[in-house]
Amino acid sequence: MNVPLTLLGLLERQSSHGYDLKRDYDTYFSPGKPLLLGQVYSTLGRLARDGKVVVGPTEPGAGPDRKRYVITDRGATEVEEWLTEPVETEQHLQTELFTKVVLALMLGRDASAYLDLQRTAHVARMRELTEVKRTGMLIDKLLADHSMFRLEADLRWIDVTQARLGALAEEVRK
Amino acid sequence: MTAGQAPLLEVRDAVLSFGQTPALRGADLSVAAGEILAVMGPSGSGKSTLLHCMAGILVPDSGEVRFDGRRVDRMREPERSELRRDRFGFVFQFGQLVPELTAEENVAMPLLLGGTRRGPALAEARGWFPRLGLDGLGGRRSGELSGGQAQRVALARAMVARPDVLFADEPTGSLDSLTGEQVMEQLVDAVRENGTTAVIVTHEARVAACADREVMVRDGKVTSLRLERTGP
Ligand SMILES: Nc1ncnc2c1ncn2[C@@H]1O[C@H](COP(=O)(O)OP(=O)(O)O)[C@@H](O)[C@H]1O
Ligand SMILES: [Mg+2]
Repeated sequence: MNVPLTLLGLLERQSSHGYDLKRDYDTYFSPGKPLLLGQVYSTLGRLARDGKVVVGPTEPGAGPDRKRYVITDRGATEVEEWLTEPVETEQHLQTELFTKVVLALMLGRDASAYLDLQRTAHVARMRELTEVKRTGMLIDKLLADHSMFRLEADLRWIDVTQARLGALAEEVRK
Repeated sequence: MTAGQAPLLEVRDAVLSFGQTPALRGADLSVAAGEILAVMGPSGSGKSTLLHCMAGILVPDSGEVRFDGRRVDRMREPERSELRRDRFGFVFQFGQLVPELTAEENVAMPLLLGGTRRGPALAEARGWFPRLGLDGLGGRRSGELSGGQAQRVALARAMVARPDVLFADEPTGSLDSLTGEQVMEQLVDAVRENGTTAVIVTHEARVAACADREVMVRDGKVTSLRLERTGP
């Protein structure tokens, strides 16, 4: 997740205090896994240093959050470019799942039992996400969908690998 | 219903071959009353055959099938047929609606076959249309319904007689993701509301994720796994 560009994007909607930014970020992009406020301020500090945001005057009142951050033209251009670029596809993806299966086969362990267990864990997670989708807001559903499709992709891989274990074992033990 | 902990449905060591082709090779499975069970597994592994044995459509060559304590595998066809009609509901991949009948008449069919008179049967059938988002479609024939609508009509038909068990074989297999999801939501709601036990055959994990528990069929045998919680 690109935190600086996401915060910049939120600032393009409207200028904002650090705390409000954090709250919007947590709500839309990271429910259940909030940003640390310290990270928000250090990121905003770097964005200011690079001329992508400017810091408004300190507002009167109490509390630490008395500065508004405003996006600059440079910042807005960067957001615009980022939004239209495709994200990196995972060309060199080698997940822990993959590593565990290959190592298990090399060591003569029961890779099939591992895959079954992983499968069960994946479906259990999908069951939790299904509940989120049933009860949540549309934005939660969207995020849950994304996780579910990824879990499904893993599951397809698990099933195909399960069917290929015999041949795979011969190959890695050579 | 079943007393105590005894399962509502039980298959023990079921073996069944189609000629030379083995479909079940010692399948064991128990389903508790009120449970929603997903049966997963690769194509050709024996899922549909297992479901057909539980539902009394097929009889295994050996092994036992029990429903509510009764030996289904020992029943003669008329008795199994009565069991299917009175206690079970069915949804298949393709709705299998009778094309000559309207959607409403299709839904009313299990009631009519069970001896309910036409007026009350149709009235009961009609009640299912609004709750499944099928308002105004009661008069259509199956050729005039979309895939998702036809599957909902099939669901209503399966549930209209308030069966003890709903058997569904790839109920969303012919639908796109979103439509499939809506049909599954409605299936689960209908089943839970009525306290019906459900056995759902699917190769789709997102369908299985709507169930309380899933089992895998591989090479005609059933594997069920439970996660041991190990740490956070
Ligand atoms: N009516 C039938 N006649 C002959 N073979 C069949 C018949 N039904 C199923 N089979 C075979 O039995 C095995 C299990 O089939 P099935 O239960 O339909 O699997 P699944 O539903 O998991 O795809 C397969 O090898 C299939 O080809
Ligand atoms: Mg099948």
